[in-house]
Amino acid sequence: NHIVHNGGLYKRPFNEAFEETPMLVAVLTYVGYGVLTLFGYLRDFMRQWKIEKCQNATEREEQKDFVPLYQDFENFYNRNLYMRIRDSWNRPICSVPGAKVDMMERVSHDYNWTFTYTGRVIKDIINMGSYNYLGFAQNVGACQEAAAKVLSQYGAGVCSTRQEMGNLDKHEELEKLVARFLGVESAMAYGMGFATNSMNIPALVGKGCLILSDELNHASLVLGARLSGATIRIFKHNNMQSLEKLLKDAIVHGQPRTRRPWKKILILVEGIYSMEGSIVRLPEVIALKKKYKSYLYLDEAHSIGALGPSGRGVVEYFGLNPEDVDVMMGTFTKSFGAAGGYIGGKKELIDYLRTYSHSAVYATSMSPPVVEQIITSVKCIMGEDGTTIGEARVQQLAENTRYFRRRLKEMGFIIYGNEDSPVVPLMLYMPAKIGAFGREMLKRNIGVVVVGFPATPIIESRARFCLSAAHTKEMLDTALKEINEVGDLLQLKYSRRRLVPLLDRPFDETTYEETED
Amino acid sequence: MDLKSTKNFVFWLFCQFELITCSYLMEPWEKVLFYSFNICMVGTLFYTTYACVAAHVSTALQLLWNLLGNQQENAVSVVK
Repeated sequence: NHIVHNGGLYKRPFNEAFEETPMLVAVLTYVGYGVLTLFGYLRDFMRQWKIEKCQNATEREEQKDFVPLYQDFENFYNRNLYMRIRDSWNRPICSVPGAKVDMMERVSHDYNWTFTYTGRVIKDIINMGSYNYLGFAQNVGACQEAAAKVLSQYGAGVCSTRQEMGNLDKHEELEKLVARFLGVESAMAYGMGFATNSMNIPALVGKGCLILSDELNHASLVLGARLSGATIRIFKHNNMQSLEKLLKDAIVHGQPRTRRPWKKILILVEGIYSMEGSIVRLPEVIALKKKYKSYLYLDEAHSIGALGPSGRGVVEYFGLNPEDVDVMMGTFTKSFGAAGGYIGGKKELIDYLRTYSHSAVYATSMSPPVVEQIITSVKCIMGEDGTTIGEARVQQLAENTRYFRRRLKEMGFIIYGNEDSPVVPLMLYMPAKIGAFGREMLKRNIGVVVVGFPATPIIESRARFCLSAAHTKEMLDTALKEINEVGDLLQLKYSRRRLVPLLDRPFDETTYEETED
Repeated sequence: MDLKSTKNFVFWLFCQFELITCSYLMEPWEKVLFYSFNICMVGTLFYTTYACVAAHVSTALQLLWNLLGNQQENAVSVVK
């Protein structure tokens, strides 16, 4: 019985690749953006001279002589490029976002300025876009029954903050369970994952402290870092030499004018970066942290539940000690099918955060059915509910990840990121292909998320697949067949490194793997 | 059958052109504008090739022929 080991060994090959953009593709992408920009100027001109009806927001007549509000690049891009492909986003779904989802059909008669619903529901679309790594987004099963029972017992609203009257026994139970799951002393849960980052980093650092943040950190980390008032320095993505250089400079030179030593140095990294699919080099970060005596804040939003032999995140994936990470943050949105975030660490840290965090003082506490969903799903992953469902799901996710990534690479697409990450970005590059890919995949009953500027650099637009333990091999095969077809139709197979397929049977003397250029 | 596959191939090539230059995303009147601009550019290119390049090439050939011709005449007069 072949079991996939997902990071059980410490000495594990770290396979990460970001293939370079082919020169011709980059040139053609700029050509495409150039043409769209010219037409954008033409349309703006026509709107200004009233040849065409202006459907976007503009200033009122009396304010036309003031400083213009909508002339910067973001708004230009929004009006002229984003509007043309807008139908790939904000699609309304009308069922539980599991492995298959129902979507409401909508059409636009004025080129995406307004949408109307035809009334038809497109059923059973294979869902490759939801963050449903362990398949807990279900409306049947143990989690749903427990949540329904708690809903009938506690109701849905809490009507208070944690510090006032909103601290339920369910919250205490959840926090003890999360602390046990992660292997830390204590944990605290919040109602919203974004708010966990942005409201707790200001409580931990302030003026006179240094934050070393990765280039591609999430907006919540950036917002929290900026709100805190500390000095922020950016190191190149996952680049340990860059981080070490910054740490050395910080220790040697101290604060900018006064040359005093920094009060605290905090390194902000994420477990899995959702736009690249890369995994942080955690053993090296922890070694650097210990050498230069700084603190580590690890955001495991996408990696908790998705990595590690028993789903306990990136710390378990590398076989490290959870006590080495000072602040372990994560969210319940992705792998647990609920909403909210948590922070885990030493007891003194969590007790401090209970009193001083903005989120604890002002934000409403988590709703009881959501808390129960998390409790049931964490118990399921740990195996404490008496079944092996959790373990099976973690292994299924690892198998799905390996299979899907291997097949896509063999087909010849450019895939970014680590071999073991369930987030799979497929590069599209050209702006017309962003819209075309989304539409063609929907025609073939597969829902994908496509991303362009400003979430990614302007020429590196991509389609991002999020794999799930709920996807069966048949679903993945269907999806791969359609992706292959659409890839041939739209000429997306840019990769110049073709691997001869690795055979799926035990190694013997006659099998070997070759790379042809 | 070969005609059909050729037609399909040409249509696919046209789709690739549409995707690369983003005319896939344009409204019909914008497409008309863009294609007519492109056709005018290509037409001007062909006319320039015909009018100027042909004249240059013929002048160059005449010069070459004169050079060779002169050499032959000189050689003939010496022999005479």
